Amino acid sequence: MSQVLTAGLGLKPPHYEAARDCRAAGLWFEVHPENYFVEGGPRRAWLSEIRTRHPVSLHGVALSLAADAVPDARHLARLRALADFIEPALVSEHLAWSAWRGAYFPDLLPFPRTSEALERICANVSAAQEAIGRRIAIENPSHYVRIDGHEWDEIGFLAEIARRTGCGLLLDVNNVFVSAANLGFDSRAYIDAFPASPLMEVHLAGHSEDPNLGERLLVDSHDAPVSEAVWALYERLIARVGPRPTLIERDDRLPDFETLLAERDRAHVAVAAFARAA
Amino acid sequence: MNAASRLASFQDAFAHSLFALPPDAHPLVSGIVRQPAFAVYRNTVMKGCVDALQANFPAVARLVGEDWFRAAAAEHVAHRPPTEPTLLTYGDAFPSFLSTFAPAADLPYLADVARLDRLWTEAHGAADDPVIAPRDFMALDPEALAGARLQPHRATRWAWFADTPIYSIWSRNRDGDGDGSAIEWAGEGALLTRPDGVVMWRPLDEAGGRFLDACARELTVQRAMEAALEVDAEADLVALISNLIEAGAISRIIQGP
Repeated sequence: MSQVLTAGLGLKPPHYEAARDCRAAGLWFEVHPENYFVEGGPRRAWLSEIRTRHPVSLHGVALSLAADAVPDARHLARLRALADFIEPALVSEHLAWSAWRGAYFPDLLPFPRTSEALERICANVSAAQEAIGRRIAIENPSHYVRIDGHEWDEIGFLAEIARRTGCGLLLDVNNVFVSAANLGFDSRAYIDAFPASPLMEVHLAGHSEDPNLGERLLVDSHDAPVSEAVWALYERLIARVGPRPTLIERDDRLPDFETLLAERDRAHVAVAAFARAA
Repeated sequence: MNAASRLASFQDAFAHSLFALPPDAHPLVSGIVRQPAFAVYRNTVMKGCVDALQANFPAVARLVGEDWFRAAAAEHVAHRPPTEPTLLTYGDAFPSFLSTFAPAADLPYLADVARLDRLWTEAHGAADDPVIAPRDFMALDPEALAGARLQPHRATRWAWFADTPIYSIWSRNRDGDGDGSAIEWAGEGALLTRPDGVVMWRPLDEAGGRFLDACARELTVQRAMEAALEVDAEADLVALISNLIEAGAISRIIQGP
């Protein structure tokens, strides 16, 4: 399948049939591989069927690359098997940790960006890329709390991981917006400073205000359409770095497929326009 | 793992604070835990785990109501957080947790209903396997059949509950279309199969359960029939086997030793 990836959608089980049957140009789908770590059955059959018609990206949430531990060998083996089965167009993970001493926490947890952490994460990214035989893109997470002891800023840290391991980067524009609001930095300066050459994929999603703290705390909730402010940051990014595969993530308060597709079409038009101009 | 590293110490302290919120949080994370926004991490982790249990135990959730379920699930999560990177199978210890959970003492059937929800999850994600069609089965000569072995489909699951009508309680709450008729308070079993990629269920009597147990132990049809007759001398073996074939419970007939 050699078609160009423009804008894609996170694949949700209620949309399997509509996703399979959709013929929109440049459309691709992204899944969390952990949701397909089953031996067989309808989930895997659906993914396989959708893959016969559309490119699929594997976006991991649980490899825990920022834990001070080697990646779980069984997890890597399952990821490798799924990647060999699906032949993904892209594979990505997060600059975060979520598994620690045998427990799995379903979130993307923060840590102090120290040189010690950098060494560990580079070793983990290299081990993961080698185990699955593919390049991985690493995503900037959303930030909620201030952490003491950072020795690196996030962009410098991500760029250094990419430089040392050859991995790519995934820029989640909504995460930048949310983090900038929560930690008080300039989201446009972040977008402008993000390195273009390792950038393999862009994520867009909706956020919401914390029910208790309101606008003082934005949450990367994936339960709403992409905000206009995030679209503006996205268009600013694409104008600088050129077209990149772009994904709309939606996990909660799921609308029907057509509504998501209309949102996705906006990113498709932006990517396709810049692709023609390039 | 380098236990002495600063990153590991940070992760020990942070992980501990996700479920416990000690006023004397470790100095490495006390500045983080104090921030109101730390609740986002605590809430996201807890919500992710509780949502997974609710998705994996829908009959239990329907029986007890969402509020009761989520409160019970949260207690379980704090004691037994997931150990696998996929939440599709989270909750293997949830049925036994329910069996000792004091507020569930009035609902002695709850843990077994949870066990059937668990079998559904296992059936849904089990490896693919062929299904023996009734006509292939009918073609066999009865004597050859007695010495053959029936291999259960890898997605087939079954259970027998000697004292409680677990199948009736579970099936009415699993898909929510119970007709409201009275349930006879007697032992019941369940058979879950996955023909054509969809998990299906039907009642299974004790003899049927014993028969499948014997098949799973790779005993011959003859021995499996004897096992069924041990628990029910009146069992209709033809009906029993037809039921299994029709349900798609069997994937192979293996002839010879």
